[in-house]
Amino acid sequence: MMQRQRESSLIFILMVVIALFFLLPFLWVLLTSLKPEAEVFSRNFLPTTLQFDNYLQLFHKIPFLLFLRNSVFITVISVIGVTLSSSLVGYAFGCMNWRGRNSLFYFVIATMMLPMQVTMIPVFVIFKEIGWLNSFKPLTVPMFLGGGAFNIFLMRQFFMTVPGSLLDAARIDGCSELAIYWKIVLPLAKPALATVAILTFMFTWNDFLGPLIYLSDKAKGTLALGLGQLAGQQQPEWAVLMAASVLMMLPVIVIFFLFQKYFIQGFTMSGIKE
Amino acid sequence: MKTSRKNTLWGYLFASPWIVGFLIFGLYPIFASFYYSLCQYDVLRIPQFVGLRNYRELLFQDHYFYSAVWNTLFYTFIRSPLVIIGSLALALIVSRAARGVKFFRTIYFIPSIISGVILSVLWLWLLNPQYGLINSALQFFGLQGPLWLIDPSWSKPAIILMNIWSLGGGRMLVFLAAIQNVPTHYYEAVEMDGGGWWAKFTNVTLPFISPVLFLWFILEVIFSLQVFVEAYVMTKGGPLNSTLFYNLYLYNKAFDDFDMGYASALAWLLFILAGVITFVQFRLSKRWVYYSGGAEK
Repeated sequence: MMQRQRESSLIFILMVVIALFFLLPFLWVLLTSLKPEAEVFSRNFLPTTLQFDNYLQLFHKIPFLLFLRNSVFITVISVIGVTLSSSLVGYAFGCMNWRGRNSLFYFVIATMMLPMQVTMIPVFVIFKEIGWLNSFKPLTVPMFLGGGAFNIFLMRQFFMTVPGSLLDAARIDGCSELAIYWKIVLPLAKPALATVAILTFMFTWNDFLGPLIYLSDKAKGTLALGLGQLAGQQQPEWAVLMAASVLMMLPVIVIFFLFQKYFIQGFTMSGIKE
Repeated sequence: MKTSRKNTLWGYLFASPWIVGFLIFGLYPIFASFYYSLCQYDVLRIPQFVGLRNYRELLFQDHYFYSAVWNTLFYTFIRSPLVIIGSLALALIVSRAARGVKFFRTIYFIPSIISGVILSVLWLWLLNPQYGLINSALQFFGLQGPLWLIDPSWSKPAIILMNIWSLGGGRMLVFLAAIQNVPTHYYEAVEMDGGGWWAKFTNVTLPFISPVLFLWFILEVIFSLQVFVEAYVMTKGGPLNSTLFYNLYLYNKAFDDFDMGYASALAWLLFILAGVITFVQFRLSKRWVYYSGGAEK
């Protein structure tokens, strides 16, 4: 009994130490962002005075509000596009019966193996040829075309759990497929929609390579690009840089705590965060 | 329900966004990319066919190519097992019924919501040799920390350390779900034989979760081979090309030099490399992955 107890307190201490490993970096970054310039280069963990100068400076260093607006625009459009189109395609695979359905579904899954490096260059050339470089279109329009194999898979898995008898009853009542999708299945699918929306939000908000390739015009930049720029300076101003990081992390953290369940569902199912 | 012609029409109609997207952004680019890889192509002029020249140059003349391959393989083969073993250990710790264990699960998961540029910028500061948190913490214990991203022999380990921090909690939840699916009566059987937790782990947990571990070894390798943003933001490939990872080199060739033919050849070689590694993993899996057949969901 004694040994049991000692063992469990040892494990508790171990869990606390690991928690420090995961949490201290956040605290350190937050404190750096609140430190006066001079104190950044001291090893004191706590600042002598808390001040928000670095956050104000940020607005002079980069066009923060413009970048924010661009990021929000691209993210919102992408989330709408992906949830709409992946649920539509997912409905075809999960709720309808048609010839070739299963083979096409396996094919969709197989395309997940296709590395994006192989398609990246021709896709860039396509957008260049149709004059979409330096616009948000390359980052948003494709989102309406299926929303990615993984999201279709996720939607389809959820739709499979909708009772077929419910759908058939609606069909006998003369509902069109579109009406069934919109009025019956989508309202039932809120958890799946939330999961897909959160994964898409995370991906788009953090996306770096896409904007880097397609948005060379400074005024079109996103927060992710702006942060990368700020970090790439010869002598980075750490306090300002950390203030920028804190602001960019904020929506992610807020959404995490609001929708923890869907967040975790999305992660355990995908692990796709890179 | 029968599959009438009308149903089939509706089915394809609903699936059509994906089909259109795949034709434009998947199928056509595969062929175009392969063709470009056989061409000299700078985007401004039309591609000029040069046969296997790009591949020959890559394999026989380009020492940056071999640095990029070496860096990427080093990164992949060190990072993947560390992330998997680390997050499996975490999962084992938080799978025990203990006080506050749910709270700790949430804490461990939080870094997993940070990725890409934010992650890189945070760690650029954390890894600062003089004033960063990591070396300050090491000094607290009387240790002299390395120069991390400035030292060619520590730059890759630094990026791996960062990824363990940011991936551990997410993978932990995956393995935790797998561990919780193991039927408990198997543990009781080991207990009756007088086995401790190590015996339970090696004889029950490990075999039962081996299919999940295998899947994540495959995914982890594929993700690791893709490393790009970290190197682009934190090191630009330096110092001394020690973090010139494959995709960074590919990006430089494509979008700095606009040598699209060469970059396309690079992309195909990476595809082949990833395919070979995955194939080898499948062959090796027969020796260690256990499918309980039916007992698993």
